[in-house]
Amino acid sequence: MEKKLILRGLLAGAVGGLLSFVFARIFAEPQIQAAIDYEGARDAAQEALSTAAHAHEGHEVFSRTLQGNAGIGVALILFGMAMGALFAIVYSLCLGRVGRIQPRNLSLLVAGAGFVGLYLVPFVKYPANPPAVGHEDSIRDRTDLYLLMVLASVVLLVLAVVLGQRLQARFGNWTATILAGTAYLVAVGVVMALLPQFGHLAVNEASYGSHASETPLPLTDSDGNIVFPGFPADLLFDFRLNSVAAQLIMWAAIGVVFAPMADRLLSPRTAKIPADPITA
Amino acid sequence: MSSTTPSGSIPAAAATPVVVPLSRAGLLLFGTALLAMLVYYFIGVDQGAYSIFGADTHIHEFVHDGRHFLGFPCH
Ligand SMILES: [Zn+2]
Repeated sequence: MEKKLILRGLLAGAVGGLLSFVFARIFAEPQIQAAIDYEGARDAAQEALSTAAHAHEGHEVFSRTLQGNAGIGVALILFGMAMGALFAIVYSLCLGRVGRIQPRNLSLLVAGAGFVGLYLVPFVKYPANPPAVGHEDSIRDRTDLYLLMVLASVVLLVLAVVLGQRLQARFGNWTATILAGTAYLVAVGVVMALLPQFGHLAVNEASYGSHASETPLPLTDSDGNIVFPGFPADLLFDFRLNSVAAQLIMWAAIGVVFAPMADRLLSPRTAKIPADPITA
Repeated sequence: MSSTTPSGSIPAAAATPVVVPLSRAGLLLFGTALLAMLVYYFIGVDQGAYSIFGADTHIHEFVHDGRHFLGFPCH
């Protein structure tokens, strides 16, 4: 049974990854290219100012065409399959251990948990950034903090589900769910408040001053005149919105595609259980 | 419309039994989870903050757009 569930999880994940790739190819790639163009123009402006060199290596390992089609396609489909596998594992473990939830509904719940726990909550603290936003020197710190945020989010989500199940016996489903959900939001909020913002990392404050984020500010000459604009705010927002949308598409597809397959796989077993006339 | 009780007023479906006991499936689930996290690592992190294959950047460059778009720190 577990093999069948994992295979179906991989399939659902591949579908989710493929759909998010189609979305990314249409809506995100133009924005990614615009961000890279901004970066190139900014580097040129910086060089013209001949301030302390922050030169960018110009060599390309893969062409933009390859990165923007095959590269992002492979990345999103493989990522979808990996998430589908994790999804199927959690789903398998939940079966029979989380109370009276129908196989299809459980599929949607686990997919929703994956979206919120693995992506959305970490995103709220450390949102996705397009190329040109982010300092190379801080990549280690930023990666560590992001992964820590993902880990904290997932662990707290699991704890919240366990808490909800404990509370259920006393308060019932509705109240227990609200209490556990609130506890999750509060706990996750505390973690967010404790972790530093990327702009306030020591390596950034040393060379850029005190700013909340790494989003490029306007470039100024020695007299303080703006010679190149800061990163376009609309572009940043659109990229982030599309990032959320792509993950939403992926996780929704995983939940929706997996649900009927799991239902077919499990329904003979659920039907065998007597004393409950309501099956559909 | 009284307050919610543990049993609830909505008819519940039959409970799904435990179909994946850990004693039998634990190893497979663990191995699969490990593989999935390895894929997560290679798409999101490798050859950026950390690198398994030294200074090579082929994986990073190939999945580059996806890495940004999936929300991982990059650049
Ligand atoms: Zn990058």
